[in-house]
Amino acid sequence: MIGGLFIYNHKGEVLISRVYRDDIGRNAVDAFRVNVIHARQQVRSPVTNIARTSFFHVKRSNIWLAAVTKQNVNAAMVFEFLYKMCDVMASYFGKISEENIKNNFVLIYELLDEILDFGYPQNSETGALKTFITQQGIKGQFQTKEEQSQITSQVTGQIGWRREGIKYRRNELFLDVLESVNLLMSPQGQVLSAHVSGRVVMKSYLSGMPECKFGMNDKIVIDKAGKGGVTNEAGKSDLGGGGSTSGKQSIAIDDCTFNQCVRLSKFDSERSISFIPPDGDYELMRYRTTKDIILPFRVIPLVREVGRTKLEVKVVIKSNFKPSLLAQKIEVRIPTPLNTSGVQVICMKGKAKYKASENAIVWKIKRMAGMKESQISAEIELLPTNDKKKWARPPISMNFEVPFAPSGLKVRYLKVFESKLNYSDHDVVKWVRYIGRSGIYETRC
Amino acid sequence: MVCSVSICAGEIFELKAELNSDKKEKKKEAVKKVIASMTVGKDVSALFPDVVNCMQTDNLELKKLVYLYLMNYAKSQPDMAIMAVNTFVKDCEDANPLIRALAVRTMGCIRVDKITEYLCEPLRKCLKDEDPYVRKTAAVCVAKLHDINAQLVEDQGFLDTLKDLISDSNPMVVANAVAALSEIAESHPNSNLLDLNPQSINKLLTALNECTEWGQIFILDCLANYTPRDDRESQSICERVTPRLSHANSAVVLSAVKVLMKFMEMLPKDLDYYGTLLKKLAPPLVTLLSAEPELQYVALRNINLIVQKRPEILKHEMKVFFVKYNDPIYVKLEKLDIMIRLASQANIAQVLAELKEYATEVDVDFVRKAVRAIGRCAIKVEQSAERCVSTLLDLIQTKVNYVVQEAIVVIKDIFRKYPNKYESVIATLCENLDSLDEPEARAAMIWIVGEYAERIDNADELLESFLEGFHDESTQVQLQLLTAIVKLFLKKPTETQELVQQVLSLATQDSDNPDLRDRGYIYWRLLSTDPVAAKEVVLAEKPLISEETDLIEPTLLEELICHIGTLASVYHKPPSAFVEGSRGVMHKRLPARTGSGESTESPDVGTAAGGSAPEAAPSIIPSQGDLLGDLLNLDMAPPTTTGPPPPNTGMQMGGMDLLGGGLDSLVGISHSMGAGFGAAPAVMPASLNAPVGGGLGDLFDLGGGVGMPMGAYIPPKTVWLPAMKAKGLEISGTFARRAGVIQMELILTNKAMSVMTDFAIQFNRNSFGLAPAGPLQVLTPLGPNQTIEVSLPLSTVGPVMKMDPLNNLQVAVKNNIDVFYFSCQYPISMLFVEDGKMERQVFLATWKDIPNDNESQFQIKDCHLNSDAASSKLQGSNIFTIAKRTVEGQDMLYMSIKLSNGIWVLAELRVQAGNPNYTISLKCRAPEVSQCVFQCYEAVLKN
Repeated sequence: MIGGLFIYNHKGEVLISRVYRDDIGRNAVDAFRVNVIHARQQVRSPVTNIARTSFFHVKRSNIWLAAVTKQNVNAAMVFEFLYKMCDVMASYFGKISEENIKNNFVLIYELLDEILDFGYPQNSETGALKTFITQQGIKGQFQTKEEQSQITSQVTGQIGWRREGIKYRRNELFLDVLESVNLLMSPQGQVLSAHVSGRVVMKSYLSGMPECKFGMNDKIVIDKAGKGGVTNEAGKSDLGGGGSTSGKQSIAIDDCTFNQCVRLSKFDSERSISFIPPDGDYELMRYRTTKDIILPFRVIPLVREVGRTKLEVKVVIKSNFKPSLLAQKIEVRIPTPLNTSGVQVICMKGKAKYKASENAIVWKIKRMAGMKESQISAEIELLPTNDKKKWARPPISMNFEVPFAPSGLKVRYLKVFESKLNYSDHDVVKWVRYIGRSGIYETRC
Repeated sequence: MVCSVSICAGEIFELKAELNSDKKEKKKEAVKKVIASMTVGKDVSALFPDVVNCMQTDNLELKKLVYLYLMNYAKSQPDMAIMAVNTFVKDCEDANPLIRALAVRTMGCIRVDKITEYLCEPLRKCLKDEDPYVRKTAAVCVAKLHDINAQLVEDQGFLDTLKDLISDSNPMVVANAVAALSEIAESHPNSNLLDLNPQSINKLLTALNECTEWGQIFILDCLANYTPRDDRESQSICERVTPRLSHANSAVVLSAVKVLMKFMEMLPKDLDYYGTLLKKLAPPLVTLLSAEPELQYVALRNINLIVQKRPEILKHEMKVFFVKYNDPIYVKLEKLDIMIRLASQANIAQVLAELKEYATEVDVDFVRKAVRAIGRCAIKVEQSAERCVSTLLDLIQTKVNYVVQEAIVVIKDIFRKYPNKYESVIATLCENLDSLDEPEARAAMIWIVGEYAERIDNADELLESFLEGFHDESTQVQLQLLTAIVKLFLKKPTETQELVQQVLSLATQDSDNPDLRDRGYIYWRLLSTDPVAAKEVVLAEKPLISEETDLIEPTLLEELICHIGTLASVYHKPPSAFVEGSRGVMHKRLPARTGSGESTESPDVGTAAGGSAPEAAPSIIPSQGDLLGDLLNLDMAPPTTTGPPPPNTGMQMGGMDLLGGGLDSLVGISHSMGAGFGAAPAVMPASLNAPVGGGLGDLFDLGGGVGMPMGAYIPPKTVWLPAMKAKGLEISGTFARRAGVIQMELILTNKAMSVMTDFAIQFNRNSFGLAPAGPLQVLTPLGPNQTIEVSLPLSTVGPVMKMDPLNNLQVAVKNNIDVFYFSCQYPISMLFVEDGKMERQVFLATWKDIPNDNESQFQIKDCHLNSDAASSKLQGSNIFTIAKRTVEGQDMLYMSIKLSNGIWVLAELRVQAGNPNYTISLKCRAPEVSQCVFQCYEAVLKN
C-alpha cells in the first residue's frame, strides 16, 4: 500500500510529508527531488522506480504530488487517490498552489490522516469529510452524541456521500449535459477517428433522502421499450430536447461510467440509472459515443509551399448544424513553421493574429450560426535554413462551444421520489442545459 | 543526502517556552510551528516531552497535531513515548467515537515494542466497538500491529477477530478487514488466513455493492486470489463482478477486469456467456483511455498484457490507440506498442498511414519507435511488407539521421524474414553508408553488405572502408564486420584474400576481446582446414526470424495477468523483481480450466494454464532473463527505468537452461569457485540418478521407517545436494503424496559457519509441470549445524518440458549466500491420482484401442507377495486393480493408473504361485512413461 505521501513546490522543496509505512525513510523525499523534479526532461513516465522504491507522481500547476511505496500496490488506485486528494484539497481551499498549501498545512495533515490509513484510502467524499473536518477547528467538543454517531455512520455507511436531514425550501435540480467532441481528420476530409466523451453534471438541492431516476435516449432502452409496445411514461415528464439538431430518436452509447451513488447492478440488469444523489455539485455519469456524431465544424485546409521561403495557407471552416443555433468562442489555430519571419493574414470574419511565441496563427470568431462558411488566407514568409529536416506540419486545431449535444444525447426524464417528505416529482424545479465543446478537434494539413 | 536540517538552539528554546504556555491558542500555534519544522526535515525531537505534555487536551485539532508529532518521533524516543500510553488507553474509552478511532489509529503507528503490548487491550475493545467507524479503524490497526510484531498479533488472537469482521454488517468494516487480512496473508502464503470459500465469497460480493470505491478495490483484489471450484461458480462470480466495469473509478474497473480475466480461464469457450463476457470487456478498457494521462499510462501498460493474452477483445478497436498530438510522450510510446500488437491484414493500411505521420514528429524516441514499428508491421503482416518497405525508403529519403539509421536496422530484419524479395533497395541503403554513426545501424548495414556481397559490386570497398577504424568500433560492429568479410571471401575468394587476412589478424591478434578472438580463430581454422565446410557453415541458410519475438514469455504473462492494475503490470515484471522480502514473492497463476483432461480439450483450446506453455514455446524465444530473473530476483540490480522490458536476446532455452544460465552467473560471481561449479551440473545428474533408479533394493531397508504400511510408497530421503557443492548447505529429501497433495520433503542442513536465511526454491520446466505451490517455508534463519525439515507442497500446473529421463527434476535453491542447482528424480507414483480406477468396460475397450506397439513387458524378480497382498499394496499408491482372473494357476491382475496430467496407464500383472518372478505388461498412449511406471511397481512391491 501507499507508504508515504509528499507534496513539493516547483523547486523541489517539500511542503507536506506524511509517511505511513516504516519501510519509507526520509531519504525517499530527497530521492524523488533529485531523480524526478530536478531531472525534468528525462522523466518519461509517471511511475519511477528508484532503488526499489516506486514513486507515483501527478502535477497540478507547479505543485508535485508524489505517492511512494515499496510494495506491489494497485497502481491505478494510487493515481485515482492522488486525483481524489487534489479534488478534496481544492474543495477545501480552492486552487492548489504553494501559498494555499502552506497556509493550510495543518488542515492537509488532518485530511491525510483521515483519508489514508496505513496507506489504505478511506472515505474521501468531501460531503462527508466536511461534516467533521472543518477549517475553523474541530467541532468535536460541541457535538452531541447523536451528531457524532450520525457522522460516523455517514462516513462508513452505504450512502457515505449524503447526510440525513437536509432541508430546502425550494427543491431544485440543475442538470448539464457537457460533451467534448474529438476529431482527427485527414487533409482530404476523411474522418480518421471521432468520438464524443460526455459528462452529466448535476447540482441538486433536494430535501431528505430522495431516490432519483434518470432516463435518456439510450438505444438499448428505447429499442427494448419499443419492442414491448409499452408507451413509456417518459412522455409526460419529458424535459425537452434542448435544441439538438438531429431528428434521430436514440443514440448508441459505447460505454459509460457512473458516480458511486448509482446502483451499478441495477444498471447492469435493467439499464436503468437510479441513485440517491449527493447534495450539491457532482458528476453523475461519463459516457462515450462513436457512432453518428454530429461534427459541428468542418475544417478544409490548403497549404501550398511556394519555393523555399514562402507558404500559402488557406483554411475554410463550415458550420454544420441548425441555422437557428449559434456557436461561440470559435478559435482556429493554424501552426506555422519555426523559421517563420512574417505573416500576412486576411480573414472574412473575426480576428486573426500571428503569434510568434506560439508558432501559430490564431483566428478567433465570437459567434457563428449554423450552415455558414468562413475563410482565412495567409501568406507565411520563411527564413531560409539549411536544416534538412522537414517541417512536421502539426495539425490545425479548433476550439468552439455549441448549445447542443454532438452525440445526439437527450434527457428523457429525471424523476425524484421522496416518500417520507411531502414533496413530489412535480414540485421539483428542474433545469436542463446542453453544451458541446471541442475536445481535441484536429485536421491534418 | 542531508536528512535533517539543523535548527538553532534559540529557536528550540523559544518553542519550548511557547509549548509550556498556559494559553491554549499559543500552545496550538507552537505545536503547528513544530510540525512545520518537522515537515521540512528539521530535527525537533528535542521538544518531545514538551509536545507530549500537550496531548491531554479536549481540543481535537491540537490532539491530532500532537499525535502526528508522536508518530514521527516515538521511535527515536522510546522511553519518553511511554508517557503517551495512558492517554491512548483513556482515549480509547472516550464517549466520542471520533476520538476513540483517532486513538486506535495513532496507536498502531507508534512503533515501539514496549508500547505495543499495552495497546492490545484497547485494540481488542475497539475491534468490538459498537460504532462502525471505530471498528473499521481498528481493523487496519491489526495490520499495523502485525507489521511491528506478527507473533504478538497471532498470540492475542487478533487474526480471528479480524476474520469475524468479514461478516460485519457495515460494508466499510468488511472492506478494511479484507484489506488488512490480504496484506497479512501475503507474508504467510500458506496460512490460509483468508480462507476463501463460496460462503465468504458471497459475503464479499454483497459488500462489493455497498462499500466505497476504495473498499471495492480491496475486495476485488482479494477476490482475484480465489480459485472457483468449477466453471459454474466462476461464471456466477463473473456475473456479479461485471457491473463494476461501469464504475467511474478506473482502479475499480481494472481490478474488475483482473477478476474477469482470471476467472474466464475456467469458462468453456463454447459457452455463450464466454462470448458475452469478451464483448463486455472492450468498452470499459477503451473508456480508460479518456482518463487522466497518468491513469491512461497504467491502463495502456495493462492493455498491452491483455492484448497479448486475449487479442480478440480489442481487435476491432485499433483506432482508439491512434496517438494524439498532445498526448504525453509516455502515453504515445505505449499506444504505439499496442498498435503494432493489434495490426492485422484488415487494418494495416490505416496503421501504416498513422505510423508514417508519427515518423515526422519531433520527439526522437517516438520517431525511432514509429520507424521500428513499420518494420515490425512488415514482419507481422506479410501482405503489407511491400508497402512497409516503400514507406521506409521514403523515410530514408528525408535524410534525417536517426530516421535513416532506424530504418536500416528494420530493413535488415525484413530481409531476414523475406529473403530474396526486396534486395533491390540495397543500392539506396548503400548511399547512406556515411551517415550511420550508431553501432546498431552500422552493424545492420554491414550485415546487409556481407549477406548480399555477390550483388553489390563494390562490397569489398565498402567493407574495407569500415575496417580502417576497426578498433574504435563497438563489439557488435566488429563481430558483424568479421563475419561479413568472411562471407564476402567465400563468395568472391579471388579478390578479397588480402582483406580477409587483414580482418582475421585484427580480430585475433590486435584485439583483447575474447568473443572477437574466439570467433576470429574459429573462422581462421575453418577456412584453413576445409573451405568447403566453411562455406556450408558460414553461408548456411538462416532460419526465418519469428514474427513475435517481443511477446512476453507465457508463464510471466500469466503471472502478470493475475497482477492487473498493480505495479507489476506497469513494470511488466513479477513483484519479486522489485519488492523486498517475502511479500508478494509468491507466484500467482491463472486457474486451470476444470475437467481439463486430455479428452475434453480440443486442440485449439490450448490456452488453459497448463496447456499453453508447451504449445506456445516453439514459436517464442523466451528471454533468458525471465526464468533466471525469478530465481535470482533478490540479487538482481533494481530496475531503474520503467520502460518496456528489454528486448529478448535470443538463445532458445534447452534442457539445461537453468544450469547453463546459472553457470555464467556463478562464474561471474566468484572465480575461485568457478571451476568447481562448472563441473557440477554435468556430474550431478549422473551421481544422483541412482536413488530412484533400478537397483536400489538395498536402500529400502532404511526407508521402512516412514511407516504407513498400506499407504503410498515413499522412497527414503537421499542427499541431493552435498554440502561441499553448495557452500555448506546440504539438502536431502524425497517426494511423497499425502491426501492427494504432492509434497517435496526436504531436510536442509547448514554445515557452514555462518547463518543462512532467505531461502527460496524454483524448479526448471519439467515433464509433468511440477512447480512449488508456495514458497519454501524456512521462516527462521538456519544457524550453523542446524537442520530443518521442510515440506513443500507441489502443484502440477507449472510449465511443461519433456525431460530425459522423464522424471528428472532440475531444482534451484537460493539462500543469502548464493544460488545452487541440483537435479533429482521423483518416483512417478506420486503423480498417480486418487480417481484412477477405470470402469471395467472402459478398461477393456481402451486396452484394445491402444496399439500393440505401445505395450512393454517387464520382469519383477524376487517378489514374495501373493496377488492379493500385491494388489492391496499397490492400491496404497493409487494403482487400482480392476479385475482378477486365474488361468492355469496363474493370477492375472488388471490394473489402471491415472497420471496427474490425465494420461492413463493400463497394466496386466501376472503372478504365478511359487514363482518369485512377476511379469508385467504396460499399455499406455504415451509409451515413454512405461519405464518409470515399471520402476514404481518394483519399488512399491519390494518395499
